[in-house]
Amino acid sequence: MTQDRSIRSTALTDGVRAFAPLLIAVIPFGLVFGVVAAGSEVGPWLGGATSFIIFAGAAQLATLQLIDAGAAGAVVIATALVINARHLMYSAALAPAFREFPKAARFALPYLLTDQAFAISIVRFGETEDPVYRRWFFTGAGLSLWVPWQIFTITGIVLGAQVPASWSLDFAIPLMFVILLVPTIKGRPELIAAVVGATVAVAAADVPYGLGLIVGAVSGITAGVIANRLAQ
Amino acid sequence: MSYLGIIFAIGIGTYLLRLSFIGIVGDRAMPEWALVPLRFVAPAVLAALIAPAVLLNDGALDLSPASNPRAIAALVALLLAWKTRSVPVVIAAGLATVWALQAMF
Repeated sequence: MTQDRSIRSTALTDGVRAFAPLLIAVIPFGLVFGVVAAGSEVGPWLGGATSFIIFAGAAQLATLQLIDAGAAGAVVIATALVINARHLMYSAALAPAFREFPKAARFALPYLLTDQAFAISIVRFGETEDPVYRRWFFTGAGLSLWVPWQIFTITGIVLGAQVPASWSLDFAIPLMFVILLVPTIKGRPELIAAVVGATVAVAAADVPYGLGLIVGAVSGITAGVIANRLAQ
Repeated sequence: MSYLGIIFAIGIGTYLLRLSFIGIVGDRAMPEWALVPLRFVAPAVLAALIAPAVLLNDGALDLSPASNPRAIAALVALLLAWKTRSVPVVIAAGLATVWALQAMF
């Protein structure tokens, strides 16, 4: 039992420590999101609550942008969930390790599953088999994003409320997407997916309910799959 | 649908995506046919979100720095994001470009 407890605190600390370098990117992203939420159509309260309810930065930004643009509710939901579909991949990769966790942890911890928590956990899980260590390491990594994300969202909202609309701070949304986009272009098929997605989304901008985005995204994904197949 | 309803639906859906293989599908590998398209979700969706927001002005394609400074600013941001990967640098340069063009024209 005592040994269990010391593994726990070591693992939790290791998780927090492994995550620390990533905070450099998380803090400004959280601040920018908060500033954008403060000026959004849904208002600062609901916009800020997405950090708690959704807890996925890119999907949160897309949600606010699409609601601001007047897209239909179903389109907003579908787009956000398509953006978050990558979590299926993370969930599949982590499932064998999580199977060893107590049931409560198996259902609670996925809420903390993010790109960053996945990336550092999957590496560490390859180095240690102990389920207690793994569970608390993941908890430490997950909370290392969750806690600052909430704090800096709120800080951003407070700052954003002081900023006049003429500063065009809503432009921070597409700028943030640019920052998220660049590292995903890992090769030619990804570049083709992005170019086709962008072109079709612009061409289909008049499609009602904001569906142009979905049309663009599906075209881009299809183009990527085809380019990938041709490259093989 | 109310804004709160939309946000809750996304929150619950996102949680279920995270839980999927861990809590629902069980310990099974992701099938190959699903893995390949997932690779292209991020680049395709992000590009599809960015392009209309920066290239369109009142619903029409507009690349003029005078009437749509966001197009040029996005290009500057893209170059800087590629070179630096830094959130503060890209946000500051993107916004500064918009402000400078607005002041010039």
